[in-house]
Amino acid sequence: MDAKTFDSKSLLDSLFDNGILFETGVDGLYGRSGAFEEVIERFEKLVTRLGAPDKATRIHFPPGMSRATLEKSGYMKSFPQLAGCVHSFVGGEREHAQLLNMMATGEDWTELQKATDVTLTPAACYPLYPTVAARGPVPADGVLFELSSYCFRHEPSQDPARMQLFRMREFVRIGTAEQVRAFRESWLTRGKAMIEQLELPCEVDLANDPFFGRGGKMMANNQRDQGLKFELLIPVNSLEKPTACLSFNYHQDHFGQTWGLQFGDGELCHSACVGFGLERVALALFRHHGPDIEAWPKKVLAVLWGE
Amino acid sequence: MIDRIRTLLTGHPMIPVDFSALSDDANLYDAGLTSFASVQMMLALEEEFDIEFPEAMLTRRTFASLANIADAVSQITRKAA
Repeated sequence: MDAKTFDSKSLLDSLFDNGILFETGVDGLYGRSGAFEEVIERFEKLVTRLGAPDKATRIHFPPGMSRATLEKSGYMKSFPQLAGCVHSFVGGEREHAQLLNMMATGEDWTELQKATDVTLTPAACYPLYPTVAARGPVPADGVLFELSSYCFRHEPSQDPARMQLFRMREFVRIGTAEQVRAFRESWLTRGKAMIEQLELPCEVDLANDPFFGRGGKMMANNQRDQGLKFELLIPVNSLEKPTACLSFNYHQDHFGQTWGLQFGDGELCHSACVGFGLERVALALFRHHGPDIEAWPKKVLAVLWGE
Repeated sequence: MIDRIRTLLTGHPMIPVDFSALSDDANLYDAGLTSFASVQMMLALEEEFDIEFPEAMLTRRTFASLANIADAVSQITRKAA
């Protein structure tokens, strides 16, 4: 992992060669070494420490979520290409024999499966909104949550920074437009300072989500015009196209409207989130400081391993 | 042209905006047009006028009012003629 090579395939190979990631036969699904996991754990602790003064409520959702929730969230309008729905076999013995026969003869046996009530979680905050809505009116000060989840996005790639299953840590603020914008501003500053402490080169830039199709181009333009999404970018496998490792999103009242999130007086809530791509940050650290953690700069180790 | 656009969009099930009550220059986003509804509007216009909006025109401004939409549609149909 010398500092000169900036190329996805060679980065992935070097991560395999150094025993940091392990192949599974599917692009974007990898085993992680103990060292890789420890870096992620330490980075998560750092995030939690930085956010501690805000007193967020912590919730950990599983990597699968309610299909009905995903449907209602509008995810399929914007990102149908990324969604993953869990299917399972629900037939009887006759169908089971048929399934085994189809597998043996190389036929497409998956048609004997049916969609379950579970989809894979595409972002840590999707299961949160209905949970908050079910608690009734949002207090005037708004609410703040700290979340983490494994997330799935169907985008197989040999870029190790574009995994299909990866972890996301998030702070989500639900409140008035002013409250959630102030929250986002504070994390734009805190997030950049945090990454700079880890001695990683970074820049913050206006961004858009990968909305589907030509209509998606328009959604993306709208999102940029309104300054709704910013990303903190770190060069991981390319200097020209650095990787988004943190994102800062203002949803306006999109989730407020969708889930009926409102204050006691009936006013709709706005929301914003800051997301930390945990594998991406870990990859950036290994990429810039080398495969051997003990050889990382002392200041970086102190930030991550300090309490 | 504007009337044809107004008629097309009025009552579109995915666009919850009352176009009949809006002036030609009224801001559609202020009237409740969401980002997703603006995409539905773009697709409906393309079908009605048998046109394709070039990528450079897929902006918030193009669809901000009935007058802007009529301008954009005229520009595209003029170029195609």
